Amino acid sequence: MSNARTDWLAHAVLGIGVVLFALPVWLVLAGSTQDSGAITRGELSLLPHLDGLAVYSRVLMHGTMGTQPVWHMLMVSGGMALAIACGKIVISILSAYAVVFFRFPLRRTAFWLIFITLMLPVEVRIIPTYSVMSDFGLINSFTGLTVPLIASATATLLFRQVFVAIPDELVEAARMDGAGPLRFLRDILLPVSAANIAALFVILFVYGWNQYLWPLLVATDPGLDTIVIGIVKMIGVETQTDWSAVMATAVLALLPPVAVVVVMQRWFVAGLTEGEK
Amino acid sequence: MERRTLFDGWFLPVVLVLPQLLLTGFFFLWPAAEAIWYSLTRQDPFGLGSTFVGLDNFADLFADPLYIDSIIRTVVFCAAVSLLSMSIALLLAVFADHEIRGRAIYRTLLIWPYAIAPAVSAVLWLFILNPQVGLLGRWLNAHGVPWDYHINGGQALLMVILASSWKQVSYNFIFFLAGLQSIPRAVTEAARMDGAKGWHRFRTITFPLLAPTSFFLLVVNLVYAAFDTFGTIYALTQGGPGKDTETLVIKVYRDGVINLDLGSSSAQSVVLMVGVIALTAIQFRFMGKRTNA
Repeated sequence: MSNARTDWLAHAVLGIGVVLFALPVWLVLAGSTQDSGAITRGELSLLPHLDGLAVYSRVLMHGTMGTQPVWHMLMVSGGMALAIACGKIVISILSAYAVVFFRFPLRRTAFWLIFITLMLPVEVRIIPTYSVMSDFGLINSFTGLTVPLIASATATLLFRQVFVAIPDELVEAARMDGAGPLRFLRDILLPVSAANIAALFVILFVYGWNQYLWPLLVATDPGLDTIVIGIVKMIGVETQTDWSAVMATAVLALLPPVAVVVVMQRWFVAGLTEGEK
Repeated sequence: MERRTLFDGWFLPVVLVLPQLLLTGFFFLWPAAEAIWYSLTRQDPFGLGSTFVGLDNFADLFADPLYIDSIIRTVVFCAAVSLLSMSIALLLAVFADHEIRGRAIYRTLLIWPYAIAPAVSAVLWLFILNPQVGLLGRWLNAHGVPWDYHINGGQALLMVILASSWKQVSYNFIFFLAGLQSIPRAVTEAARMDGAKGWHRFRTITFPLLAPTSFFLLVVNLVYAAFDTFGTIYALTQGGPGKDTETLVIKVYRDGVINLDLGSSSAQSVVLMVGVIALTAIQFRFMGKRTNA
């Protein structure tokens, strides 16, 4: 099939790719163990100092000047990511189920209204969304941080696709056995779409964890700072930055979503390439 | 495709679809309508009332050279990010599709950056390109290349392009690899039998078969570069120096949230909405054709 020369080339190209991805992360990992003063003087190096791991417990417990402790920001991010991922999955399954398995008045209108949201990301409706949020009194609340991001056309479309592909015979059989609509949903649909749910969970968890603009707008209370907001605050004043603390925080900020992607890689890749095409 | 077997009743489905509809109404449709309304009005300087001004805000916007500059900058930025991240991803995907030893490990090691937040990728690149603490930035200055993205707008733009593209390669890689794997082996084998050599085979057989994937990715990447890079740019440069990295989304934020110019920022939001709707429409039209083919 393949010969030694192209194999060698493939290893070289892929190896360079792997290094290009890993190097920036290795740099912050190594840098986090070095002395901040030395880094400010321009002595950042690629070699870690193994005695410098104390910085991790320091940022986790106390944060840096002017920020919350990192453990607290990680909790906010984790809560936000979980709430968004689970919320989106639940309401998308319910609405896709209703649209596919029932006929009700204005069904098509409902579907189109959901579909339209594909075209309105937060970034294009910054100010008006903010003003709606303040009308509801949701500024500086965990609800405000999460609920507006839960509506999701993408997830609804994906589940619709999965449900439409379920054979009529299966529905027929379930009805013969006397299963009502809710039992059918619980006992048949949910197990059948478990892999899609897992894939979507990864994508949405990462989406929720990585939000920046929305929390920046809607939560000015430092108690609601996510880890992503926190780390950008930390690099704000470059002249007096505690660099090793920033790097340790960067490592802690990217670890959870990366872990979720790596652990659930198989479902995630299949779900991404099926769902969005 | 419509389903033949259905459940009866209309009350249950309406209850099930209601949460999604309420969220959509409150947080998507209402703000969008409000944006359109604000974009047609002008607030008096004391914030006491507003008057209907028709399309004046839009006329002002497109007469403003700063806005036109921002459009051009955004187009350049989006094109650079899409081309850079897609071409690197395609190269990696082509080689990851080879049957070589350890390819499962390579895949994992090329996929994980998908999970990194745009704003966090900005922080990572700061430690490479910052003129005082960054590894490469310091090296450049030490070797006679004056490098400082705080002062030099071109360098700032280059830096946000690099940081934004770096993060996006994984996403494109996943799709290109899936696209390559869906090409039947028989097709590439036949080309090989006909004596088509590596590059020639790629250009005449593989690449045309990847065209649908590439087109889909192009639209996704343009949307990513236009909107999701807010965190990357804002963390690194806040749109500066001056306005040299001020893309359209950064401008909406600066004008609306920082300078509190409601009319203009709403008009800008409406322009962005039209842009996203156009991109989505092109994508769906194209995808419709593809599924019929």
